[in-house]
Amino acid sequence: MTHVEREQWDVVVVGAGGAGLRAAIEARRAGARTAVICKSLFGKAHTVMAEGGIAASMANVHPQDDWKTHFRDTMRGGKFLNQWRMAELHAQEAPERVWELETWGALFDRTPDGRISQRNFGGHEYPRLAHVGDRTGLELLRTLQQKTVGLQQEDHRETGDHEGRLKVFQEFTVTRVLKDADGKVAGVFCYERETGRFLVLEAPAVVLATGGIGKSFKVTSNSWEYTGDGHALALLAGAPLVNMEFVQFHPTGMVWPPSVKGILVTESVRGDGGVLRNSDGRRFMFDYVPDVFKDKYAETEEEGDRWYEDPDHNRRPPELLPRDEVARAINSEVKAGRGSPHGGVFLDVSTRMPADAIRRRLPSMYHQFKELADVDITAEAMEVGPTCHYVMGGVAVDSETAATVGVPGLFAAGEVAGGMHGSNRLGGNSLSDLLVFGRRAGLHAARYAMSGAGGGAVTARVEAADVEAAAAEALAPFAGPDGHAPENPYTLHQELQQTMNDLVGIIRREGEMAEALDRIAALRARARRISVEGHRQFNPGWHLALDLRNMLLVGECVARAALERTESRGGHTREDYPGMDRAWRPVNLLCRTSDGGGIALERTLTKPIRSDLLALFEREELAKYLAEEELGSEEPGSEELGS
Amino acid sequence: MSTYDARFRIWRGDADGGELTDYTVEVHDGEVVLDVVHRLQATQTPDLAVRWNCKAGKCGSCSAEINGRPRLLCMTRMSVFARDEVITVTPMRAFPVVRDLVTDVSFNYAKALEIPAFVPPAELGPGEYRMRQEDVERSQEFRKCIECFLCQDTCHVVRDHEENKEAFAGPRFLMRIAELDMHPLDAAEAAGTDRRRTAQEEHGLGYCNITKCCTEVCPESIRITDNALIPLKERVVDRKYDPLVWLGNTIRRRKT
Amino acid sequence: MATGTEPPTRHRAATGVRSAGRASVAARHLRTDRWWLSPAATAAGLLAFVAYSTWRAFANADYYAAPYVSPFYSPCLAENCVPMRGGPNWEVFGSWWGLSPALLILVFPLGFRLTCYYYRKAYYRGFWASPPACAVAEPHRTYTGETRLPLVLQNLHRYFFYAALPVAGILTYDTVLTFRNADYAWGHAGLGTLLFLVNIALIWAYTLSCHSCRHIVGGRLRHFSKHPVRYRLWTWTGRLNARHMLLAWSSLISVALCDLYVYLLATGTFDDPRFF
Repeated sequence: MTHVEREQWDVVVVGAGGAGLRAAIEARRAGARTAVICKSLFGKAHTVMAEGGIAASMANVHPQDDWKTHFRDTMRGGKFLNQWRMAELHAQEAPERVWELETWGALFDRTPDGRISQRNFGGHEYPRLAHVGDRTGLELLRTLQQKTVGLQQEDHRETGDHEGRLKVFQEFTVTRVLKDADGKVAGVFCYERETGRFLVLEAPAVVLATGGIGKSFKVTSNSWEYTGDGHALALLAGAPLVNMEFVQFHPTGMVWPPSVKGILVTESVRGDGGVLRNSDGRRFMFDYVPDVFKDKYAETEEEGDRWYEDPDHNRRPPELLPRDEVARAINSEVKAGRGSPHGGVFLDVSTRMPADAIRRRLPSMYHQFKELADVDITAEAMEVGPTCHYVMGGVAVDSETAATVGVPGLFAAGEVAGGMHGSNRLGGNSLSDLLVFGRRAGLHAARYAMSGAGGGAVTARVEAADVEAAAAEALAPFAGPDGHAPENPYTLHQELQQTMNDLVGIIRREGEMAEALDRIAALRARARRISVEGHRQFNPGWHLALDLRNMLLVGECVARAALERTESRGGHTREDYPGMDRAWRPVNLLCRTSDGGGIALERTLTKPIRSDLLALFEREELAKYLAEEELGSEEPGSEELGS
Repeated sequence: MSTYDARFRIWRGDADGGELTDYTVEVHDGEVVLDVVHRLQATQTPDLAVRWNCKAGKCGSCSAEINGRPRLLCMTRMSVFARDEVITVTPMRAFPVVRDLVTDVSFNYAKALEIPAFVPPAELGPGEYRMRQEDVERSQEFRKCIECFLCQDTCHVVRDHEENKEAFAGPRFLMRIAELDMHPLDAAEAAGTDRRRTAQEEHGLGYCNITKCCTEVCPESIRITDNALIPLKERVVDRKYDPLVWLGNTIRRRKT
Repeated sequence: MATGTEPPTRHRAATGVRSAGRASVAARHLRTDRWWLSPAATAAGLLAFVAYSTWRAFANADYYAAPYVSPFYSPCLAENCVPMRGGPNWEVFGSWWGLSPALLILVFPLGFRLTCYYYRKAYYRGFWASPPACAVAEPHRTYTGETRLPLVLQNLHRYFFYAALPVAGILTYDTVLTFRNADYAWGHAGLGTLLFLVNIALIWAYTLSCHSCRHIVGGRLRHFSKHPVRYRLWTWTGRLNARHMLLAWSSLISVALCDLYVYLLATGTFDDPRFF
């Protein structure tokens, strides 16, 4: 029997990005002893890559902005598939969450009268994104990190111990969420990357905040951590995933040199005046404005250009359409042979802004292209193309509490949670999502953990057999292939990435997705024969072997759900079903693990949208998205609509 | 697209010892050193330990030393080296090694814990903060820091003198003090923390002899020495070594 | 490093890059570039200036050739100075001073430059090898930096800055005097005038680009927005400050050249070409 050390906590947060840290801060403030586990060093989470800003209707720049407008934009962006109560809470609470960051030391860019400046972004009606140059994610994460340190200093003053109430376990990976005999969460099983030692953190509440799944795709803006760990942990613990077919391809990733292919070019480049051109020099986005957006976007270049100065009397340029539209448009241009030399299109700011304005407003972009591609963006156009950026789908959660479905004590927030963004996320809504639902998850996890008998902690026992099983699973790659030819985890990973990119990528076809499922099944079989060299101390081959389980599970979810949904909507585009189908609007696809170790799908219907929220839209607009019966009567006050 | 074989010498080992090991590895156009390390992992040395994350110079994880110079592996293009050059890669040499290119950077996290956090002004609630752009810009420059700890690695105060680690916070965290001291709304002083005095007395600002290596290695091009450390030294002089300022402040305090 | 918060408490015999626990690499450094070039050039340049200026400061001769006075000897504060008509002859030290009068005044620019943040870097690296170059191990067993005497006195830089201002003012006055000819008639200029003009511009630029100056004019403020004039001054000095190293060297060279020029005129080696 392997000896595994155990520690007891009230709340364990898996992930130390924006959502995880915000959850941990809230749980600790609510009185729960909180542990945070992260795969990287503290402060390196993928949140630092977010560039554009945090969407929050503070109305600092445009006085007419309010949460209702933000809610409307979010629903439109998500093509009305959003879990509307989440979108509502998100729009309502985002400003408070941003202001709170200031009280923790964040320094956003300012308006002339000293308030937080806000910038334009795709899909947002008003300038709404609080930002710091183009490194907003870094500012957000550093602020939360420093707030965490601040709380630890407080604890040290009171108790003499920095880590008694809030502790960060850095460079640990969680491989299993453990449950007690009743099916309640009891803790997590993890290993320390540096030493390979195993550790069980016992806790009645676990918050998943592990981010996304981008590393299942070949061209991605995501870092190595994005292996869908939280998605897989939830699935394996019995909690379903929702909307997994919706994967956002950011329209502008770098396309050259090959080693940086996929790295993000922030949307602020377009928000600040950058335009997209094809090899003929044409601003092709004017040809790609879909009907649902026709009256909201400029029809001529002149009008689009005027909008930057006078947004009240002009319509915005189509470069600022939601990301899915722009990504598809670029894809079409490249396919039609009008792409740039390295297979993208041109994104140009050099002819639109003076050089020093570019360096001031887009410093990291200037830096990134200069250092990585040897391109001076103040003098020449960038080459950009779509890159896998974000997964809208994720763990199905309760809108108010971020609790998962069917596993008491398990919560999820941030990118790993599904529902909030519907079929497509607007830029800037991710950082605000992290803060709003990170806080909610932390708060409700703490409340749940302390809701035991007599106001004490909930008791949940980790079963020794589960620990044994988790340890055996983690050590399996060292055991060798058992008579078969050994498999290399790096090779399997590359094949999975190629499969997902080619067959379940930005444009999808039925036959290709079926083939993808076959290939994933074959890869899963081969994954069982993975053999890794060396020992357990900081062994990247071993780490990847363990992450592969998660990527294969998540990859299958995406492919299966994408095959099932026979329409095109937001981040899911079917060549064989190019139109949006109103009948699919209220349908959610839930993924669960099946008995055979694969993924089973379940169709569910979403709750009808509350009538006062529906009343925020014009009836004609709703008719584009909602089926007749969902629209219901026009009389105000009717509470329950549709099925 | 052209391809060639590059010669690498990479330090392999752990705290008990190790050595520079030679490898020959394929390099493609436009690659950075981290790409080559990854190719080594995938083809020759699956257990070669390296820390990395974003691969875009934004997270500061892949800090190491290339040909003896502290650098980010992901921001060092192969094209800066001659094709026949032997490229030496070692872990950061100011910190204890864990394995191969991975070092134990806990020194930095311990120092971070010692710097008192931002103190919000008691009279302002969330949403009531008003700060001018010109007032936040100085601190904003320091907040670009990605905590790669290359400045901590190159700083001879601790790199060459292990015994100074206790007394010296290092450029990154002295810069953090400067950032907070220049924050237009930090209320530490009202709460009884004199950041300037503690910079000198508790965090070892006096050890800095402004030889600017921290500025030279900073991948974010933060002017650490000129904009953070020297201004902080000047602020310390205000507080501790300038009788004129002391006299002026005393008189002004009397008046009000 | 489980949590990254255990305090670093290692005390072992070997220190620096060879400390126990660090990656075992025998070499003091692995740099392959010519890292020694910069400290060597710095040391050579500074040594050359020190040698030249010591010779000239102790020479007590050939520092005045009407209308030019060597910046090393201005103002001249002892009675043993050469009389300079309209020039900086202020005999505050009277007759008891028997050594070269340059020594009286050079203390101030010397102190200013010795405590200057740039020169500190230059001589710490060039002369003291602390460190010789980035990531090149220094040869010293212990290091306390500027925490104790005498180096803690580097904090007095701003007083030398205050002192440097009147010195620069006097050199400006000397430069005005160069618009005379050898007979003290106004409205003339020669090659020396041009040299003095360049020198004084560089001296001022170096003085005003000083880090202490930048701090005093605005850097010490918390809210620039409440002091728009000082903010603007701070921005200007900041721009100059970015070139502090360049100005430090060019003003050092120009001041030596001015002195050399006066020496050449005074010894009759050379005749000042007159423009008008």
